[in-house]
This record gives sequence, structure tokens and C-alpha cells, in this order.
Amino acid sequence: MTNQPAAEVRELVKRYPKSPTNAVDGLSFTVERGEVFGLLGPNGAGKTTTVGVLTTRVLPTGGSARVTGLDVVADAVAVRSRLAVVPQRVNLDRSLSVRDNLIFHAAYHGVGRAERNCRADALLDRMGLQDKAKAVVDDLSGGQSQRVMIARGLMHRPEVLFLDEPSTGLDPQARLFVHDQVRELRDEGVTIVLTTHDMDEAQKLSDRVGIVDHGKLLTLDTPGGLIRSLPGCGTVEVTVAPGTESADELVARLIELPGVERVEQLAAAPPSGVPSDMPPIPNGPGRIAAPPAPAGVDRDIRLRLYVDTEPAALVGPVVALLGSHDAQVSDLSLGEPSLEDIFISLTGRDLR
Amino acid sequence: MTITGNGQLVERTTSAGPWRAFLAVLGRDIFVTGKELPAFLAQVLVQPFFFLLVFVVVLGRGGFVSPDYGSIMLPGLLAMNAMFAALQAVAFPLVFEFSWSREIEDRLLAPMPIPLVAVEKIAYASLRGLVASVLMVPIGMLMIDTHWPASGLGPALLMVVLGALLGATMGMVIGTAVPPRRINILFAVIFTPLMFTGSVQYPWHSLTDLRWFQVISALNPLTYVSEGVRAALVPQVPHLPLWLCIVVAAAAVVVLALLGIRGFLRRALD
Ligand SMILES: Nc1ncnc2c1ncn2[C@@H]1O[C@H](COP(=O)(O)OP(=O)(O)OP(=O)(O)O)[C@@H](O)[C@H]1O
Ligand SMILES: [Mg+2]
Repeated sequence: MTNQPAAEVRELVKRYPKSPTNAVDGLSFTVERGEVFGLLGPNGAGKTTTVGVLTTRVLPTGGSARVTGLDVVADAVAVRSRLAVVPQRVNLDRSLSVRDNLIFHAAYHGVGRAERNCRADALLDRMGLQDKAKAVVDDLSGGQSQRVMIARGLMHRPEVLFLDEPSTGLDPQARLFVHDQVRELRDEGVTIVLTTHDMDEAQKLSDRVGIVDHGKLLTLDTPGGLIRSLPGCGTVEVTVAPGTESADELVARLIELPGVERVEQLAAAPPSGVPSDMPPIPNGPGRIAAPPAPAGVDRDIRLRLYVDTEPAALVGPVVALLGSHDAQVSDLSLGEPSLEDIFISLTGRDLR
Repeated sequence: MTITGNGQLVERTTSAGPWRAFLAVLGRDIFVTGKELPAFLAQVLVQPFFFLLVFVVVLGRGGFVSPDYGSIMLPGLLAMNAMFAALQAVAFPLVFEFSWSREIEDRLLAPMPIPLVAVEKIAYASLRGLVASVLMVPIGMLMIDTHWPASGLGPALLMVVLGALLGATMGMVIGTAVPPRRINILFAVIFTPLMFTGSVQYPWHSLTDLRWFQVISALNPLTYVSEGVRAALVPQVPHLPLWLCIVVAAAAVVVLALLGIRGFLRRALD
């Protein structure tokens, strides 16, 4: 039993009644025991539907899905006892207190009375919810509900935990807390399938990431592997003070350079000397106010070049080209491609 | 017994699982009812109390209704209470749990077959209907002067149980068929006609001169419950034969249960 994969989807198709298209359209992937598997995709890609099939709530139209080796349709009852779901939307029992939500969930799963009391207290503690034990569900914040749902899911010691967009709508603290929990659970040997459209989250947490769009799997690899799969693709970011030519003209010239795929003008230039992805330092009390910006600075423009070769190879040509048009480069940085670049390059920029 | 491997442990829990889960879910419903006991009592007793008060005590005082109308009405109210308490205990929660609160999801993910979740709802609601009906007995006895033969208590209880099951299964059909936006029309277009064509306030045989209404009443399954309870408790009042009441009510329960569980499955699984 235990050498079966944690979850397995084969040629999965789901078409909702009255829908003209397939929400999931021939999806196949395998989740190994003990890994954190990220399912990444834009809105409407079919992530929740896939999780729904794996958690026995959505009936597949075609193909098969197995959890711990058991078919989700034929062995639905056994499958349910081995998994837990933290859904995208709160579905806590509003007639029960927080602690009773955990207790009754465990009772449904046949956990004995002594054990469920003890485990409920331990999990409330772990999720930082001790003082919310008696609270009613309606009084919880979004982040608290999320933590209660995670605690609830863990009450019956599932082998596979499904987290559908675990940190959407959470503040940074709550998000980090959830991330820490995911890592801890992984260390305890729980297999985790999480869906997200947050690149950082997928990159940080997942051992492997599958990118889906329109119900199809576009690619599947480790985050590192995915990034390496676009060799030489990266970015060059330059901050320039344009001379005689306007920003648009400079963009038009840069795009002519061999190796440059696309040029994007970024928002206003940050104060010089501060790395572009750091927030500006606030002028707190006792801090000496920054000197007034020199006249030229507010004319600075920031450009990001997407390149299909090694970014470093383009430094010379870019600087030379800008110099020959009287534009003064004040800052230049090279960017490795991120998961976001891969995501965008695979799924396009259209809004769903 | 020692558990040697993970596989064996899992096998054991899954074979004992469904009914254990069933009882746990039933336990949840009873626990919640216990927490809201005053609300439950108000919900099931206020309406029939006022029926008795106005139709028997108030109208009886001025001679607008005959003195023994109370003994005709009370059995009807027992039937109505059993059915409506059960019906409301399924229909309203279902509409909410499937749409806004989604809280039924945790029960649908319990290790039990989905139809069993529906059966639990029916069982719990029937229990509620039965309690609502039985609680009505002492109130009725205090308010009206009636005498029931001891031999009728058993059949009456059977009819009340059938009435509760009828309400629960009907509630499941309604609760899974009505979209949440339409919930407010339930009272006007479903509950009120059901309540007033179910031979609760009148014996069915008294309608021979009002043929069309008698036919409509005969189509309402509540009629057979009311008439059945009357046949058991006040046999001197002309009534439909008890066996017919049992057969029709039981058949309606089976048909509505099948329809209700089918509707439940449709809502529970996408
Ligand atoms: N119950 C349903 N009935 C009909 N269509 C549905 C249903 N649920 C989802 N869909 C459709 O199926 C497609 C996939 O939806 P799904 O919820 O799986 O996407 P998702 O990847 O989870 O998106 P998001 O990131 O927005 O949560 C969408 O086009 C959606 O409109
Ligand atoms: Mg989703």
C-alpha cells in the first residue's frame, strides 16, 4: 500500500453539465509520497476542479484519479478517510464553536473521544488559536478561519492534505505562518497538494510544480528545473536619464538589439542607490532627510528588457546603444528568470 | 488485537467507518439542537398552540365551532406538527448548507457514502418531528377535553412516525430542488397549501359536499397521516380506514425518499 503514489491523475477530463468546454481536459500527473506538489495556474485553469475530483467531491467525466492507490470513484469512502481538504472558501460549521468544529470532524472520522480532545487542544495550540477555542465561527477573521480549517483537516491524521489557495487573502504574517506549517507537515511526512497562483509561494514551498491552463498540464518539474528549462532567458533592468530621445524612442531602439525579446517600461524610478526591488527607506524620526533629488533624477526612466540569451552578454551592447543616444545609465541589474516569467511565457498575458 | 501493519489498521477503520460516521453526524445534529433548545421548542410548539387556542378555545367559547371540534383538531395537529417540524428541519438547513455556508462539505467528506449523509438528515429530522408531535400531546390535553382509547396509542404513534418521515423526505426533495434565491416563496406556495389541504383542521369525510376540495385533499399525503391519527385516537369520527392511511403514507415516504436522495446526490457531487 505505502509504495503507491500519494495521488495520481490519468487523462482526467471534467466537463460540468451545461458547460461548452472541459474544465479539466486530459490532465495527468503523479504526486509522490511525502512531497509538496504545487498546482499552479491562472484563474479558471481547473485547479479547484482537479482537487475536487481527487477529494471525491467532483465526479470525473473521463480518465481516472487515485489517492494512495485507491480509486476516487470506486473507493470514495476509503479515500475520504485518508485525505483532508482546506478549501478555497470557508466551510466551517457555523453552528459549532471552533473547538467543536475540530472535535466533531474527528468524530466523523472515527477518532476516539480521549484522542480527539487531546488532539484538538494540541492543534489549536499549534495554530495559535488557544484563545479562540470557544469562539463562534462567524467571529473569526479570514486568516483565523484558514488556520481553523487546517487544524480541522489534521484532526484525523490524513496521509494527503489538499490546500486550495492556502494564502489567498491572508496578510504577510498569516501567509508566512501557513508556509511554516506546510513545511512542518512535510517534515512530518504528510503529502501536500497545494494550488496557487502565487509564484513565490509555489517556488518556496513546492518540491515540484505543475503548471495548468485551460485544464491542461503545460509543464511539470521542480521549481529549479522549470527555471532552467528556459536557458539564457532572463532580464536586464536599466535606469537611464534620457538625453535627446524620448523613452519611447529608446524602447524602439533597444528592441532592435539581437537577443532582446521585449522591452517594458517600469513605474517611476526608485531613489538612486537603492536596489530596485527594495522598498524605499522611510524617513523615520532621527533620520536625516534625503537631500533633494538632483534636477535630472525625476526624468529617470526604468526599462526592463526580456532577453533570450545570457543577460550578462547584453550589458555591453545595451550600455553602448544607450550611450550613443546621449542616455545616461545610472543603474543596471541582471535578473535570473523567475517562475513568474515561465508562468507568463506559458500561459500568456490575457486576463481570465 | 495487535495491529501489525498500516494496511490492517486502515481496513478495520473503513469497515466500521460508515455507521460510526453516521452516528457521529447524528450526534452533531442532536448536540446543536441541545444548544438551541428554546428555539427548537418555540419553532415547533407556538404555531399549533395558537391553532388550538383560536379554533378551539376562542371560537368554541362563542359557539362558532362545536364543543367536540377540539378532539377532531388535536389529532390533525399532531400529524401536522410531526410533518412540518421534520420538513423544516431538512429543507431550510439544506438550502443554506449547500449554498452560502457550505458547511455540509465537512460531512460529505466524512468516511461514509453520500446517500448515508442524506439518510442521516432524514433520520434526524424525523426524530425532531416525532418529538415535536409528542410534546404537543400534554399541551393539547390541558387545553381541550378529549379521551383517547389506550388501544389507539400504538397505531397513532406509528402514524406520527410516518408523518415525520413524510415531512423529512419531502423536505429533502424541496431543499435540494429549490435554489436559495427562491427560498422565500416556499412558505407562500408550498407550506401554506400543504398545511390547509391536509385534513388537519377537518375530517376528510366531512367534505363530501365539497368534492373538488376533497379531491385536492386526497392528493396531499398529509391527509392520510391526519386521518390515520384520527382513526387511531378518535375512531368515533368518520375517517379513512387505518390500513389505507398506513399504505399511502408509507408509499409516499418511499417515493419521496428516493427522489430526495437523488436530489441530494445531484447537489452533493458536481
Ligand atoms: N460547479 C461548477 N459548475 C460549472 N462550471 C464550473 C463549476 N466549477 C467550476 N466551473 C468552471 O470550470 C472552470 C475551472 O474552474 P476551477 O474552479 O477549477 O478553476 P481554478 O483553477 O480553481 O480557478 P481559481 O484560481 O479562480 O480558483 C472554470 O471555467 C469555471 O467556470
Ligand atoms: Mg480555485
